[in-house]
Amino acid sequence: MKTQSTVIKVRDLTKDYDVGSFSRDKLRALDHLELAVEEGETFGLIGPNGAGKTTTLKLLMGLIYPTAGVATILGKPIGDLEMKSRIGYLPEQPYFYDYLTGRELLEYFGQLFGLGRSERRTRVDELLDKVGMTASGDVPLRKYSKGMTQRLGIAQALINEPKVVFFDEPMSGLDPMGRREMTLLIRELRDSGVTVFFCSHILPDVERLCDRVAILNRGKLVEMGPLDDILKVSIRTIEVEIDNLSEALAAELRGKAREIEKTGSRARIVFARQEDFDAAVGPLTSGGARLVSVTPVKQSLEEHFVAEVSGGEPK
Amino acid sequence: MSRVGYIAFNTFKETVRDKVLYNLVLFALLMIGSSYVLGRISVYQEVKIIKDLGLAAISVFGMVIAIFIGISLVSKEIEKRTLYSLLPKPISREQFIFGKYLGLCLTLLVNVAVMSTGFYLLLFMMGEPFESGLFKAIGFIYVKLMVLVGVAILFSTFTSPTLAGLFTGFIYVAGYYSSVLKNFDSIVESDFVPRVTAAAYYLLPNFKNFDVKAQAVAGAPLPLSQIAWATAYGLAYVALVLVASVWIFRGRNLK
Repeated sequence: MKTQSTVIKVRDLTKDYDVGSFSRDKLRALDHLELAVEEGETFGLIGPNGAGKTTTLKLLMGLIYPTAGVATILGKPIGDLEMKSRIGYLPEQPYFYDYLTGRELLEYFGQLFGLGRSERRTRVDELLDKVGMTASGDVPLRKYSKGMTQRLGIAQALINEPKVVFFDEPMSGLDPMGRREMTLLIRELRDSGVTVFFCSHILPDVERLCDRVAILNRGKLVEMGPLDDILKVSIRTIEVEIDNLSEALAAELRGKAREIEKTGSRARIVFARQEDFDAAVGPLTSGGARLVSVTPVKQSLEEHFVAEVSGGEPK
Repeated sequence: MSRVGYIAFNTFKETVRDKVLYNLVLFALLMIGSSYVLGRISVYQEVKIIKDLGLAAISVFGMVIAIFIGISLVSKEIEKRTLYSLLPKPISREQFIFGKYLGLCLTLLVNVAVMSTGFYLLLFMMGEPFESGLFKAIGFIYVKLMVLVGVAILFSTFTSPTLAGLFTGFIYVAGYYSSVLKNFDSIVESDFVPRVTAAAYYLLPNFKNFDVKAQAVAGAPLPLSQIAWATAYGLAYVALVLVASVWIFRGRNLK
């Protein structure tokens, strides 16, 4: 079995911004962030506006410097050229050289990665095809729409066949078709062993794609872990569907269930707590009722996120 | 080609696709052409006027291009956020600065070559033989422009294009009159002021070192030592401003 290794390690990462040119006040955008992302993971960083998501990515990309703390990618410090040659990055609302065509931009970035002429051309054609931009490859970027720029941004992040990709709001500006294609692309990357680190505020996308998530609020890490674990702790109710529920059994359950909805011999019973359900299972089965289905109703990531973040101060 | 080379070539592409550049070069060529008309109305001074105005046009328009494009080379990349996708590529911040600098030097080389071709063509039409002195004077102008681009990039690393333009323009003018600063002790009776002005004299680029237009037009010889000294001085100054630019740019947070 392949052993996993940590590809992104963040320790105590802190970033303060100056509030103004003439003020000594600082605004803490990121507060002692600690996280580790394993090889092959799809990791989502979520949080409301101003939570510190983009600041984290900018620090990891070496665009800004930390006030305190360190980070490594693929075991190398931030800014290391060898490490940079193995990663890809899509900035939030990307903007590229508008005097170049899409193809020229990809060619230029391919040159910076040291790709040879024929390898570069093949890769550029492949990527333009992958993001559905083959027909617009020779159009100057100043004529691109927001969605087209976003698609090209995704292509340029993959020009070097990276081991780790960083996407900042990858679905931004994409139409439903584009979002679907992006979802498939991220899955394809994950399946080929690429580590994907992305920031997004489109939570259903994060829920669909990520193995693990970290929730940031006001620069602080609120929660981090596998998505299943995070949502498991927040099971809201257990819904049970039952056949052959007698009136006597229904009366017995009234104290334990939150809701009983009876239609003929069928009934839908909602338990608020796992213990209530566990206590009811025995009498139900011995009393002749037949369990049709048991569904733990989890919070969606969105509901969980709102609950965590609207609490104000992080845990 | 190295990564610096690719950045330089892309910068060259950026500048040659800018329509403003063509307008400036066209205007310079028109000015060189108009020197022919001025020459015709100057009795016995026809060729001298053409040489004077031609060299001046190459110098002035080269200066305008150097400042106009140089001041926005780095700041525009930060402002438009094109750097956000460029810097995470396997390049260092110093490679970015050197590449930008070399790209603009290449643009200027092509522009000076185009303007010089127009200038020599006009002289050829006047029946003048090829003068190497004028060619050397154009070489001096080019070294001066290399220094000016370095200064423009330096300012571009930490301030807005407008302020960078003002500062670079100020340095250009001050660099022509920096010799005044050297002799301040004979004008002012103070210990402190002459020290400051002397420091400013050594800090500012001395653009007079590159101004050999009068010598070239008069046909006076330009000794090799003068050429070597001016070139070495120019390149050393460029190295200094680029090191300073890299130092500033390396410390910048790209918000």
